[in-house]
Amino acid sequence: MDSQHLNPSSLKSRFTARFLRALIKINAQKPISSSSPRDIFQRYRRIKVAADKSMAYSVRSRRTWSRATLWKLRSRSRRRLASSGRRLSIKTRTTTTTTTTTTSTNHRAAIVEKTSHEKENKEDHVGLAVQAEELRELVPGGESMDLCNLLDETAHYIKCLTTQVQVMKKIANLYSLE
Amino acid sequence: MSGRRSGSGVSSISDDQITHLVFKLQQLIPELCARRSHKASASKVLQETCDYIRNLHKEVEDLSDRLSQLLASIDTDNDQAAIVRSLLM
Repeated sequence: MDSQHLNPSSLKSRFTARFLRALIKINAQKPISSSSPRDIFQRYRRIKVAADKSMAYSVRSRRTWSRATLWKLRSRSRRRLASSGRRLSIKTRTTTTTTTTTTSTNHRAAIVEKTSHEKENKEDHVGLAVQAEELRELVPGGESMDLCNLLDETAHYIKCLTTQVQVMKKIANLYSLE
Repeated sequence: MSGRRSGSGVSSISDDQITHLVFKLQQLIPELCARRSHKASASKVLQETCDYIRNLHKEVEDLSDRLSQLLASIDTDNDQAAIVRSLLM
């Protein structure tokens, strides 16, 4: 693979293009002369959200974790709009969240129960079920996945995160040279 | 090693599948990549994976922080963005 020229439809280029567009937009929103700590913090938040969003959009709904990220971001912005007095009904979404949480808790209990019933020496698997809990909290949407899917999604999530970091680093280095 | 589970109506994930997925994960993590020849224990791989993801999250935050300060000090216009894009692609 030639690393010099990026395939225009690769994940990396899709993310880079999206993220750069978002950066330009963020930059245009506020006059640069104001660099109070609060503005910088707000900008930081926007940039971080833009980065995560750009990556999730580049992956689309092909992956559970990207769907979960996009859903989370959308519901967060809906909540913000609702609290600012606009008329938006998000009641149905809230109900779905509750159901998912209940299901995932039962699912989790089922996994631990199932593995603890194994009489054979499955030390590794009992340890896995417990350790997977930590992983579930780190990977978006991880709460409702079974172990197999969790491991698979994690691998893809890590690949995307490293791409994201790589591109952000390059951009930061380029800008700091100006 | 991997014995057959008696059919209990619950979807059984085969041990081999999990072992394979864990091994695949191992190859993605720099800490464990060096030990490609022999597999690290599954719990070690999961532990390292969690640490690695946390590290990546922290890096994203630090880079966002850095970018927010950089954006404050330069005036980005469309020309610059085009230059950056051409340098990256």
